[in-house]
Amino acid sequence: MAQHSAKGARFQAVTANRLSDGEVVYLTDDGQWADHFDAAAIADGAEAADALLAAAMPADFELHVLEPYLFEVAEENGAYKPVSVRETIRAAGPTVRLDLGKQADMGA
Amino acid sequence: MYRYDEFDHQLVADRVKQFRGQVERRVAGEITEDAFKPLRLMNGVYLQLHAYMLRVAIPYGTLSSKQMHMLAHLARKYDRGYGHFTTRQNIQYNWPALDKIPDLLDELASVEMHAIQTSGNCIRNVTSDQYAGAIEDEAEDPRIISEIIRQWSTFHPEFTYLPRKFKIAVTGHENDRAAIKLHDIGLVVKKNTAGDIGYEVHVGGGQGRTPFIAKKMADFVPKESLLAYLEAVMRVYNMLGRRDNSYKARIKILVHETGEAEMRRMVEEEFAKIDASQMLAVPQAEIDRISAYFAAPAFEDLPATSDAFDAAKTEDANFARWVRANVVAHKQDGYGIVNISLKPIGGVPGDATDAQMDIVAELAKVYSFDEVRVTHEQNLVLPHVQLDDMKAVYDALAAHDLATANLGLISDAIACPGLDYCNLANARSIPLAQEISERFADLDRQYDIGELKIKISGCINACGHHHVGHIGILGVDKKGTEFYQISLGGAADENAAIGQITGRAFTEETIVDAIETLVTTYKDERQAGERFIDTYNRIGMAPFKERLYAE
Repeated sequence: MAQHSAKGARFQAVTANRLSDGEVVYLTDDGQWADHFDAAAIADGAEAADALLAAAMPADFELHVLEPYLFEVAEENGAYKPVSVRETIRAAGPTVRLDLGKQADMGA
Repeated sequence: MYRYDEFDHQLVADRVKQFRGQVERRVAGEITEDAFKPLRLMNGVYLQLHAYMLRVAIPYGTLSSKQMHMLAHLARKYDRGYGHFTTRQNIQYNWPALDKIPDLLDELASVEMHAIQTSGNCIRNVTSDQYAGAIEDEAEDPRIISEIIRQWSTFHPEFTYLPRKFKIAVTGHENDRAAIKLHDIGLVVKKNTAGDIGYEVHVGGGQGRTPFIAKKMADFVPKESLLAYLEAVMRVYNMLGRRDNSYKARIKILVHETGEAEMRRMVEEEFAKIDASQMLAVPQAEIDRISAYFAAPAFEDLPATSDAFDAAKTEDANFARWVRANVVAHKQDGYGIVNISLKPIGGVPGDATDAQMDIVAELAKVYSFDEVRVTHEQNLVLPHVQLDDMKAVYDALAAHDLATANLGLISDAIACPGLDYCNLANARSIPLAQEISERFADLDRQYDIGELKIKISGCINACGHHHVGHIGILGVDKKGTEFYQISLGGAADENAAIGQITGRAFTEETIVDAIETLVTTYKDERQAGERFIDTYNRIGMAPFKERLYAE
């Protein structure tokens, strides 16, 4: 698994792909998987991040999602967004097909 | 076209049934992802950034209209209305739901196609020349031996767990359009002075993070012995190829580390044993049966020129330009080979909508003896079109944005899916291809520049063949941001060469300007008749580098 956060990253969230259709999903504060990044739980600090990732993997997590992992997010004007191009694209959809992926539903 | 026999049908049907059961058990939680992942990969199902991706093999790039209609139907029913033709003559669907894939595969099997061996450490789809059976001066139609290899390598029990994946390409023509020297094994069909067919065998080519041009292992393996020879190569590789490090596991590394002479000695020793056993000698009757499927279609006896064709060129300048760029001389008088560009200006290289696939299938049925070809440069071909019909074919293509007259030109770039879709990518590739084609959109400017092969990969795995682009572009990631490295002087044809990196990488904002600087340098330096690659080979890297990095 590639590294999706820089060393010492402060804010992180957990993402995975849904088993049934591969859709990108995010772990929420109440331990559910949401389709949109806006609903993602944000961990502040390494300890919180480890706890969040552990919460993503209960015994039956594989019934719902594949390979959960942490990725870095940044805070900007009170809102969070993914840091890397990769996670920005996963959160929205292909940059070359704005009619596809999550961005299509978000009216982007 | 080859037609499945009862064994082929049974094999594929059984496999789909088996996979359906595996998917059901996975979704029900009866098997873990660790157990399931290799099973889905064996059936061509990958997980990409946004969804699953299904890779379907198009053996040696040949499709019937019925098959192409099916690919369109699958795009409509199971995907988002399009498919992506790849550099290995496959088609990829980007959005299928896991639980629907068995149904998709059932429908696919009904037209004698499948996704078996499109992933994993096995022998992959055999690729070939898109002009097979249509171009003048072929030793033999390369699809005959390609089909024999397909049958030999499908479910070959000894080679289902190789050190790494294994790719074979075949050309029947001295002008290599199948990039055979960049494959694990590349074959050139040859005819000797006695008129017998045999094969020149190249071994150990490949791209990725350690690119190599294949070494010529044998000058002429007789037709009846080829499978024995291939089996010998595979056996040596299977025994000695590295399994401790996946980056060093391809046969190119084995050939490089063992040395060409020692590799040849081991292969020949193994070959002598297998050949003497006659275990893999294909019966003549079987060769004849397979050959018959690839016999030339019933061409009409026509004059070499067509008045209607010539008149249409005079009347319609766009048609004339398209003919000049995209139609290639056919071996049969009165016919032409039509290249359909999947590189419209600003488009996604290799993508085709369901409607586009349907129209190409329809044109193949009416005008090209029911045949479509897929090229490793991510375009399509109608191999046998009468000159008299050329204008009608052009008009139909133009109505579906399929008549861009840019074959082999700067806007006809190869690009892998890159970070827009791919889980392995470090950077996006498609937007660069789009921006370059838009920058050089003017066709007259493109004709003036001439043949220029740009190949773009979004990571070092090199699916976009950047190592062998006249201009290669490699996307790299630096702390989550995309950068692009340029290489020059690569070639994928019979004069295959690995490009050399120019120097420090460019940003997304500066890369297209850098490409323009390279083109300008070429135009300033070129002598009469020189293509970009010729000028580069004559003057070398220095003048390009100087202009590229001038402050």
